[in-house]
This record gives sequence, structure tokens and C-alpha cells, in this order.
Amino acid sequence: MADLLNLQGWLLVLLQTVLFVLMAPLLTGWLRLLKAWLQNRSAPSLSQPYRNLLKLMKKEVLVAQTTTPLFRIAPYVVFATTVLTAAIIPLLTVHLPTAAIADVIVLVGFLALGRFFLALASMDAGTAFGGMGSSREMTIASLAEPAMLMAIFTITMTAQSTNISQAIDFLLGQGLVLRPSFMFALLALMLVAVAETGRVPVDNPTTHLELTMVHEAMILEYSGRHLALMEWAAQLKLMVYGVLISNIFFPWGLALDNTPHNLLLSFISLIGKLMVLSVVLALAETVLAKMRLFRVPNYLNLAFLFALLGMLSHVILEAGA
Amino acid sequence: MTIQWIACAVLLSLLSGGVGLGASYYRALLRWACFPLLGLSGLATVIAGFLALLGDPVSTQLPLGLPWLSWSIYVDALAGFFLILIGVVVFAVAVFGPGYTREFQHGRHSLAALCVPTGLFVAGMQLVVIANDAFMFMIAWELMSLSSYFLVAYQHEQAANRRAAFLYLLMAHIGGIAILLSYGVLAAFSDGFSFELLRAAELPTLWASIAFALAFFGFGMKAGLVPLHAWLPEAHPVAPSHISALMSGVMLKVAVYGFIRVVFDLIGQMQVDWGVIVLLTGSASALLGVLYAMQQTDIKRLLAYSSIENIGVIFMALGFAMIFLAAGYPKLGTLGLIAALYHALNHALFKGLLFLSAGAIIQQTHQQSLEHMGGLLKRLPYTGTFFLIGCLSIATLPPFNGFASEWLILQTALQGVVLENGLLRIVIPVTAAVLALTTALAAMLFVRLYGISFLGQPRTRQARQAHLPSFGMRSAQGMLAALCILLGILPAVAIKIMGAIPQTLRGLPAPEITGQGWLWLTPASAASASYSAPLVLLGLALVWWLSYFLLHGRKHQQVQRVPAWDCGFGPLSARMQYTATAFAMPIRRIFKPVWLIDEKIERSGDEQGFHTSGLRHQLQVSDRSWKWLYLPIGRWVLRSARLVSRLQSGNVRTYLSYSFFTLLFLLWLIS
Amino acid sequence: MNFAQLGLQEQGVILLAALILLSSFAMLAQSRILACIHAFAWQGVLVAAATAMIALVANQPHLYLSAILTFSLKALLIPWVLHRIVIKLEIAHEVETVVNPALVILAAAALVAFSYYIAMPVEKLSTLATRNTIAISLAVVLIGMLIMVTRRQAITQVVGFMSIENGLFYTAVVATHGMPMVVELGVAFDLLVATVIFGVFFFQIRASIDSLDVDRLSRLVETSEIDEMTVEEE
Repeated sequence: MADLLNLQGWLLVLLQTVLFVLMAPLLTGWLRLLKAWLQNRSAPSLSQPYRNLLKLMKKEVLVAQTTTPLFRIAPYVVFATTVLTAAIIPLLTVHLPTAAIADVIVLVGFLALGRFFLALASMDAGTAFGGMGSSREMTIASLAEPAMLMAIFTITMTAQSTNISQAIDFLLGQGLVLRPSFMFALLALMLVAVAETGRVPVDNPTTHLELTMVHEAMILEYSGRHLALMEWAAQLKLMVYGVLISNIFFPWGLALDNTPHNLLLSFISLIGKLMVLSVVLALAETVLAKMRLFRVPNYLNLAFLFALLGMLSHVILEAGA
Repeated sequence: MTIQWIACAVLLSLLSGGVGLGASYYRALLRWACFPLLGLSGLATVIAGFLALLGDPVSTQLPLGLPWLSWSIYVDALAGFFLILIGVVVFAVAVFGPGYTREFQHGRHSLAALCVPTGLFVAGMQLVVIANDAFMFMIAWELMSLSSYFLVAYQHEQAANRRAAFLYLLMAHIGGIAILLSYGVLAAFSDGFSFELLRAAELPTLWASIAFALAFFGFGMKAGLVPLHAWLPEAHPVAPSHISALMSGVMLKVAVYGFIRVVFDLIGQMQVDWGVIVLLTGSASALLGVLYAMQQTDIKRLLAYSSIENIGVIFMALGFAMIFLAAGYPKLGTLGLIAALYHALNHALFKGLLFLSAGAIIQQTHQQSLEHMGGLLKRLPYTGTFFLIGCLSIATLPPFNGFASEWLILQTALQGVVLENGLLRIVIPVTAAVLALTTALAAMLFVRLYGISFLGQPRTRQARQAHLPSFGMRSAQGMLAALCILLGILPAVAIKIMGAIPQTLRGLPAPEITGQGWLWLTPASAASASYSAPLVLLGLALVWWLSYFLLHGRKHQQVQRVPAWDCGFGPLSARMQYTATAFAMPIRRIFKPVWLIDEKIERSGDEQGFHTSGLRHQLQVSDRSWKWLYLPIGRWVLRSARLVSRLQSGNVRTYLSYSFFTLLFLLWLIS
Repeated sequence: MNFAQLGLQEQGVILLAALILLSSFAMLAQSRILACIHAFAWQGVLVAAATAMIALVANQPHLYLSAILTFSLKALLIPWVLHRIVIKLEIAHEVETVVNPALVILAAAALVAFSYYIAMPVEKLSTLATRNTIAISLAVVLIGMLIMVTRRQAITQVVGFMSIENGLFYTAVVATHGMPMVVELGVAFDLLVATVIFGVFFFQIRASIDSLDVDRLSRLVETSEIDEMTVEEE
């Protein structure tokens, strides 16, 4: 707990959080670019998500008459919880003071808090779409959470810590080790990440048909700066999952000390890792079709199976007789 | 000191019951005498509990009981903790009571039938926790069960309520017999019935297992573990809401206390198999409890099934503790025990809050079904806010208290890697995943509960015209909500105060969870896992304030209120919203084998299906344990009773021959 | 951690064991016959690769031969024969309803835990570098049997049977570094013959009851008149 008073650590946390928040729309823009290239369309420019957010900030806010103050509070809660998750996950440097304050289980808790308020806000307007969106979102989340926790368990059983900084430190110290449990946990986390961030094949983020929406149905009533906050939070969540997966399973490149040289190298390796992950995601979104809602439990059962196999591999194969 | 405060508390609650005898004649006695006395009793209990928790154990003998077996009292840290739990909820209920029972004052039920059993009920629970011999324990247990039966049967005109009360009484007594037998097994190997003698008894392994099984069955039935839970969802909705809060928040925890006292303290040995059985039963209760709660539309039945879920979680933590203790890891056993106790306290607080709020809603809208509520946040803003805090706490979201205890339980499960038994190292992560599924489903459940009842548009006229409840009702809820927040932000302080509990139980080591100070929870070591709730709250507040400050609209940008988006088809009616049944439909479809579902859809219209003039949907979701366990047992009991009743042939000569053969047998024995 | 201290090749052996288990689960979960056969082919490839890797790590050159034999037989020849039978019988597009997939997968996971429990004493006694994988190989055998129990189409039952043999071969490789070559050749030849005979049988079954659903084979009839009546029904 001594490094809580380390000013340099807190500056890095601030830098990292600001980077996260500012780079998230860029990642979304890059994904749209990739999908457009794959679908033989011309793509919007990389700065388009930023321009969308700025435009929404300036627009007027219309609020439904049936809503309560909860509706106006919810975007801030959702955004704040997502920013807090961005402050815990090592982006450029391994040792963060915030990792001791909130570990990986608290990270899942933050995301759950944001989702709770989002679901409540969608029911606040008293429309059928809001109820539908929140019912579907909570169902998908409740099935994804055991898979995510089992995958996290598998990783923490090896790294012997739920503190993300300590876990990555341990893994970096081990070098390149081919662990089957990690392979399965990676697959499980990738499937869960797609479900939780609302991408194809679980949910289509660009759909206009209300009956096919999950996340979009929940923010249907929002406008102006509230909608900007919700969309920004969704983009930030995608980046959070991407960085979590790339920095836990492929931590090489992260800076162990905080010299500017290492930080720059770490930034470059982060860009590289995120580009590879976004290519994988763009390919998946282009090749796969969105599943109907009642096939999503099978998909999440597959994620849980991978996580379970990862845990079994760890206990049977890796931990010795 | 402690003894005086405890005696004061028990006498006050008995007095509150006694005064209630006159409440039928002098209505004002209820408001000005019964409930205030009960509140004072609650305060005295809390003070006594703190004194016991922070000081040394005290014991004394009472001049009551049998001549050769007088009652003895023993108040140690564990008893003190549960006394605090009882006292807080009793105090809140006492503040809530006068406003809530106003409508009973002009009803046809006798007020004495409400007052007297309430006082006896609270006294019974207090006496159970401080009992130091099996005799006093059973007397107090019976007092608790019987008085709550009268409370459950308070509104006895409806046959359904009478049936629910009868089922409750029946199962309370079956459980009581099991507990008595368990004490009997323990006493067979010792010299007497007092807990000191029972503690000193040396039991062979087989008999220890039998004692454990009986205690688990008896206390589990009272706590509401699946499959012994059938009475809970029947009895809790039927009782008046403040009594439901007492039953769900406190009585179930007294059963947990009894289990801990017998298994961790009196039996004196611990086996891994017991821990595994407790863990698996707890997991099944947790998952099935939340799944059943998901399908309920009656708000109190939903909360009752949710209590089953949380009791399951508490027993899961106790199961982890037992496994670690039996495997030779006392520090981790302590961790599990503290996590279980902390969750018990948190559950008492937020379930009490939720039931009291439900009582306020029911009083104002006269509706118990979720499908008839809606938009209540505008009519009942205080109740709505406090209910939201309760929902956030029970859905285990940071930074509230439910999250802190769930975090501790998951950290306990993570320590399972130290065990050598490979099979246990597989089972423990799987049960942790079941816990994660349960908490995620609980979050969905409370989104459904809060969203359907408080948000959206009102679905009935009564919901549209609800009024603010009385000040007492609101302040009781506010008090419990504040405690939920406080225990969520300062878990380390609470756990540090609880630190004496494991040491009084067979010398378990003190917990090292708060080794880094009041800010941090560090269950295993500072490097491997830590959580700081105050700093998390600070972070949340900081980011929220920053984003609000930077992004909040300027003065000239007003927020306009317009009708909700209706696809251009015209105004939305309240019937177009999602109903509670609709919200839970995906879960109903995915987990279909769990319930007994009877769904009928009738379409009226022309034959080919082109024009439909009406659609009727009927859905009944019922508990499988009835069909598989309770009804077969009931049938078997009736069949054996019929067989036995053949003994009563009514013929005088048959009865004379019974006496004749008995006489011959006795003569043969003597010779 | 012990695992991190193993060389990269030993880690590869263990990684392949996990992938073999994954292929077993893949066979179990597939509802289409062709996908099942493809998963079986992949299992053959993985078992061959694992055998070759163990040959490298434990310095047992005769395992290279076994690997080549397994690859050509289990990954190429037998899947090709089964594939041809499926195309000829024209059942490539039939989807069979597996008994509640979620429950079957959970049962398979329980079987893995059970085989770990059974194999624990063996693993303690063994001194080979691959001893951790004995539980996995036993699990592959048990899951193969589970496939046979939970499937209705005769072809997928044969695939399950072949998967059992895969598991037994793999068990032999990891537990005792292979069987005597003669035994291995004999077993391989038996399998090949069995596949051909299965092929012939399937055509016969299909001709008599017009489907390959084994549940329909359960109607044991006593008299030939009733036999003709049931054949007419179908």
C-alpha cells in the first residue's frame, strides 16, 4: 500500500485514463474502416466518431415526460463506471496504484453497476422497446458473467493474484509459456467480450430495426449530450475489453519501469496489439451473421465450456500431480 | 454490564407483548406503548451486542427452568454479533410499525393478536442467541416458532393464509425435532445438557456425522435451504410486512446462528464431507432461489425467494469455511466464516429495508402484484430512493454492502488452490461460477423489480394515486438504507469489530482481513487481493463530478420534456409497457426445466387465423419441489396413517385382546 | 511454478492434450454428421501430432511410425470412407437432435473431473514426463462412449467408437510410450476392416428400415407377420 502515495504513479493513472477516453472513438472509427474495406465500401474518416460526439454535445436534450430524475443521472453513472474500469487496467505501464484499490472482481462489479443503471434508465420511459432492451441485455449479461468469472479464475489460479498489476507482473516474469488453460481462457474471454460489448454475432450496433436491438434499444430515448455520454461509454467499454485481453494474454511490451523510452515502446506495442485484435473482430463481424436471441445462450454456453476446460486444464495438466 | 442490558432488552420485549393484551380495548396502546417498548428493546439489544462483541464473554445462571437443570446464559462475541443484527432490524421495524399498522387499527383483526406475538417473537429470538444449554435453547426456539405462527396467521379469513400458516408451523416443528435429536446425540456422549458439557463431549466420527446431519436438516429447514424451503414463500407474503421483515431479516439469521453454534462450536470436529454437502446445498439454494424469484409477480413472494437465494450464499461461504477448517487451513476457515457472517448482517439490513418498502407500497397502493404497479417513483420519492439503495445492495454492486461480502466470499473461493485434493480444486471454482451466475441473475431480478414497480407508467388507478407514507415509515427505511451505504463504504471497520468472533469459537485464529488499516480489505495478503471501498466511492464521485462539470449543459440549454417515442402511431398507454412476466420470459425459456410451467394461449377469432379478435394468455409457474418431494411425502404419510388406523377397529374385544397380549408379554419379561 | 519450468516442447505436449480434449467436446456438441466426421479427422491429426511430439521429447523413434500410421489411418483414410458413405446414403443434410446439448456438455465435463479422480493414483506412480495427460486420455475414452450413448444416428455412433479407439491409443502413448508395433498394426488393420463392414451394414439397415436411426432398431418382433406389418408402416 506504500505506492499509494507515489505521485508519479497517479500521474500515470491520469495519463492512461485520458488516453483511454480519447482513443476509444478512434478504435471504433478504425473498426468501421476495416469493416468497410472488407465489405468493399468506402469508409468514413477516422475522425468521424469524434465529430459525431461533438455534434451530439451541442444538440438540445429532449427527455420523455414519463421519466424520472434517474433517466438524467444514468448516463453519468454509466460513463463514470466505465472510466473507472479504464483507470484500473494497465495500458502502458504495469504498476498502477489503482490496481490495489480495485481488483479484477471489482472491475466486473463496475461494469455490472453501469449496466444496472442503463437497464433501469431504459425502463424509465415506459415504452415497450425499453423493457425489451433491458430484458435482453440483462439476460445476456447474466449468462456471460459465469463464463467471464471462470476465465478470470483460471488466470488468477496461475498468477495467484486478483490484482491486475501483480498478475501481469507475474506473467511477464515467466516469459513465453504455452499454457492450455490460458488458450481456453482467451477464447472464452473473446466470446464474452463480443457479447458484453454488443457486437455481431450477439448484437448489431448499426441496426435500425428496433426488434433486433439489444443495446441500442436501451438508449433509444436518449438525445444530445446524454446520448453522447452513452455512446462514448460503449466505445470505451470496447476498448477496455480489447486492452484487457491483449495485456493479460500478451503482456510483452508493457513498461515495467516508467522511463519515457519504455512508455513509448509500450504505446507502440499497444497500437499493434489493438490493430491485430480489431482485424480479428472486423473479420468475425463481416463473416458471421447476427444470431437470433435464443441462440445466444448456446453461444454463451460455448464460452462457459471454454472457460471450464481452461480451469480443468489448469488443475489437471498444469498444477502438477 | 452486558447481562443487565440483555435482561433489560428481553424484559422490554416481553413487556411490549404484555401491554399488547390491552391493545384490543385501547387502540392507542399499540402506537404509544407496544412499538416504543419494542424499539427500546431493540436499542438495548444493540448496546448489549456491542458490549459482548468488544468485551469478554459473560455467562450466568437464571433461576428459571427445571429444578436440577436451571437455565444458563452465555453471551460471547458470536452471540453479540447476532444480538446487534436482531436489535437493529427490530428498532427499524418498531419505528416503521405505528404508521404501517394504522390501517389495522380500524380493521376487523384483533390488535392484541398482532402485539402480543410480536413481543414474544422478539423475546424468543433474543433468548435463542444467548442460550447456554440445550433446554433453554429449545424453549426459546419454540417460543420463536409459535409466536411467529400467530403472526403469519394474522389475516386468517382466507383459507390460503391458514394453509400457509399451517405449513409453516408443521415445518418449524419438524425442524425443531431434528435439532432436538441433534442435541440428544451430543448429550448422549456427555454428562448433561449445558453447552459447556456438550462442548467437552468426545464423539466418535459416525455419531458426529449423525449429529451434523440432524443439525443441518433442522437449522436448514428453518433457514430455508432448498429442498426444505417450501414454507418460506408461502409464509412470508402472508404475514404483515413488518413481520415479514423480521422473519426474513432476522429469524433466518437466528437459524444460521444455531447452525454455527452447533457445528463450529459444540460438535468439536470438522470433516471435509460436511463442508462439501453444505457448499453444494448452498449453491443449489442460491441458484434455484433466484430462478424461482425471477418468475414471481407478487412482490413479497419474490422477496421471500430472494431470501432463499441469500441464505444459500451464506451457507456456501460456511461450506468453504468448513472445507478449509477440515483440511487444516484455519486462517482460511476464519476468512470464510467472517465472509458468511458479514453477508448475514448485510442481508438482514437490505432485506429488512426491501420488505419495509414493500409494506409501504402495499399500504399505499393496496396492490401486491407487480403487474399492477408502475411509476411509483414519482408518487413515493423517498420510498423509491431507499428501495433503489436496497436493490443496489442486494444486487451486489459496488460500493454497497452486498458487494463487499460477495467479494470476500469469492476471494475465499479463490484460496481453494491451496487444497491438495484435486477434486475439491475442481468443485470449488465451479461453485464460484454458480455464485457468479446467481449474482448476475439477482441483478436482473432487481432491475425487473425496481423497473416494473417504480419506473415507467402506472398500470392501475391505485398506482397513479398513491400517497406518501408516514414519516416513521420513511425514516425507518432511511435508517436501514444509510446503514447499507455505511457498511458498504467501511467494510474494514465492521470486520475489525467482528474480529473477536472466530477466537471464541474453538480458538480459531483472528482474521487478518484488515491488516492494512481501515481503508483496505486484504483477505489473503496485500499483494494478492485488495479492495478499498472508500477510495472506490471517492473515484466514482470524482469522475462523476468531473464529467458533469465538463459536459453539463450551459445555462441557455434547457432540457425539454416531450412524449416518448411511439413510432408515430399515437400516444403510448401503460399497457404497452413490458410486464414483469414478459421481462422474465427469456430466463423462463432458457432455464425451462427448473419450473413446472403451465402455459395456455387461447386465440379467439376466425378459423384460418387472418383476424384475431382476442388473445388470452394464462401462465402458472410452480415449484417443482412440491411435486417431487412434498406431495409424495404427504401421500406416504397419509397412507401409513391409514394403515396404522386399522389398529382402531372399534371392536371392544380387539382392544381387550391388546391389553391381554401386552400383559402376557410383560409377565414373560419379568420371569 | 512447475509448469513454467518445463521446456517448450513439453509444454507443447500438454497443449496438444488440451486440444485433443477440445476436439472430443467438439464431436459431442456437433449436430450435423459431416461436422462430426471432420472433428474426428482433426482429432486424428492432433493425436498424430501429439505422438510425434512425445517421440521428440522422450526420444522414442518408433513412435514416429505410430504417428504416421495414425495420421494416414485416422485423419485421412477412415474419415474419407465415412464421408463417402454419408454422401452415398444421402444423409449429409440430416440434423439429429442431441439430447439437450447443455446437459450432455455438463456430463462430459463431469466425466473429465471423474477421470482425473480415477487417474490420480496412476499419475503419482508414473515417472514419465507426460503423466499429467493420462487423465485427459481416459476422459477422451469416456467421452467417446458418451457420444455413442447420446446419439441416434448410426454413423455418429461409429464415430464415437473410433474416438474411443483414439483415446485408447493415446492412453497407450502417454502411459507407457506406445504399444508393441505388432499390436498396433493389428489394431489398425482391425479398424479398417471394421469401417468397411460398417459401411456394408449401413446400406443393409437403410434398405430394411429406410433410416439409420438406431432407436428404430429396438423393435424386436416375434412373428414374421408383425414384421411385415411394421415394414409396411414405414
